[in-house]
Amino acid sequence: MTLLALNLDWAYLLGKLILIAIIISVSLVIAMYETYLERKVAAWLQDRIGPNRAGPFGIFQPLADGAKLFFKEEIIPNSSNKFLFILGPCLAMMTAMMTCAVIPWSSSLDFGHGPIPLQIADINIGILYIFGVVSLGVYGIMIGGWASNNKFSLLAAMRGASQVISYELAMGIAIISLIFVTGSLSLKDIVGQQIGHTWNIVYQPLGFLIFFICALAECNRAPFDLPEAESELNMGYHQEYSSMKLGFYLFSEYINMFISSVIMATLFFGGYDIPFVNTATMNPNLAAVLGLIALMAKVVVFIFVFMWIRWSLPRFRYDQLMNLGWKGLLPLALVNMVVTGGVVLWLHK
Amino acid sequence: MQALTTRVKEVDRKPMNFWERIYLPAVVKGMAITFSHMFKKRPTVRYPEQKRPFSPVFRGLHVLNRDEEGRERCTACGLCAVACPAEAITMEAAERKDGEEGLYREEKYAARYEINMLRCIFCGLCEEACPKDAIYLTETFTPANFARKNFIYGKPDLLIPNPKTEEAAFAEAKGLNN
Ligand code: SF4
Ligand code: SF4
Repeated sequence: MTLLALNLDWAYLLGKLILIAIIISVSLVIAMYETYLERKVAAWLQDRIGPNRAGPFGIFQPLADGAKLFFKEEIIPNSSNKFLFILGPCLAMMTAMMTCAVIPWSSSLDFGHGPIPLQIADINIGILYIFGVVSLGVYGIMIGGWASNNKFSLLAAMRGASQVISYELAMGIAIISLIFVTGSLSLKDIVGQQIGHTWNIVYQPLGFLIFFICALAECNRAPFDLPEAESELNMGYHQEYSSMKLGFYLFSEYINMFISSVIMATLFFGGYDIPFVNTATMNPNLAAVLGLIALMAKVVVFIFVFMWIRWSLPRFRYDQLMNLGWKGLLPLALVNMVVTGGVVLWLHK
Repeated sequence: MQALTTRVKEVDRKPMNFWERIYLPAVVKGMAITFSHMFKKRPTVRYPEQKRPFSPVFRGLHVLNRDEEGRERCTACGLCAVACPAEAITMEAAERKDGEEGLYREEKYAARYEINMLRCIFCGLCEEACPKDAIYLTETFTPANFARKNFIYGKPDLLIPNPKTEEAAFAEAKGLNN
């Protein structure tokens, strides 16, 4: 009774909790099927067929992989720091999941009791939040690599950290120029502005390119997969990991990929906006579902491009990576920012 | 310096120009190439459902032959074992008793004849060495197994079915049906 007296909006809280549960499980399932898609795309691009044994077209392959990971022996190296060793993958997974919180998945549902927004939290600094959480993600790699007490892992962790720091700068500046255009940090507002109008990609093509390249680097995807360079660092930061702890690392990479695709779709491609369709006149529930489908379609395209890049390009050398980040993308992003700022000022005069 | 051959190619050591330095044109080109491979024919043979025919000279699993009357041809001379570079063959000879003429063609036969399929390199030298046409390499390969000892094939595994008494099995072993 005292709890009730707190005068909380219980229905609201319950709705949010359900939404969180749904979004987390959906992201997990999507990450699972990304691994399947990755193997299929790799196969297609290399004239192969890919997994096709577990179930029709191999669609149960991710389940089989998951079961396999669960049954693998759990190894914690003697010389490792046990607490940090376990903390590493947990952090990686947690930061990967935390980003979903501010993403507007679609317009609001309505069952007659007022709108139910399909967004966990519409905070007015959505982009900054994402940016902060994504930077935390590097701790998963750092701690894992450090706690393994293995030279290769440590090297990989260092590489990961320096890579993420270098590319975050350019990414941040690309976002700043985007904010010049939108004038808002809330993801919901940014999507709202794009609905029915031009997508931000038209105003910020260079910004998008920079953001995209940096997103590849942030997700440790090829050609920026230096932290897990198999051929030079064995397996990089997760070399000592086995069983589900390894699974967590691999999984968080795929969740990151999913989330960054969602963010790119949201920031530059209109989020849940369906091009050339006016959803304002539709039934709100139908519009929300269609919007979600539109967002997912965009996301799938992005994920495909991520994979396509991975299976086409060789890995960058470390010095090339740094050159590209500091001497290529950063100046480019700065120029983009200055020009955008100038144009925005000039148009608003 | 004078070139030693006519096929010398000068390596271009010019510093990369702007377009090469931002990688993007090359990236796009590479991605176009990989994308075009999405629509190429896949050379994969989906093995258990689809089988590729072996060439007629394929050297696979061995059989010990019988003659037209269904008698074992092997006389345990040991020439195959001597010829075998992998030392995969062992045998024990025995003398044919009276009344066993219908089982063994020669007076001496192999009471035990074993080939270790894990040692065998399927070179076919045993087939070449055999004076009695008793051992042949077929067009099947050794099936997988869980235990090493199961890869030592004895006479029951190797002998071809008797053409007199088990005609159907013999025809199948010979590949006459398909
Ligand atoms: S095929 Fe070659 S290796 Fe195999 S048993 Fe005959 S001689 Fe030996
Ligand atoms: S298989 Fe041929 S070579 Fe080998 S022991 Fe028998 S008869 Fe001799």
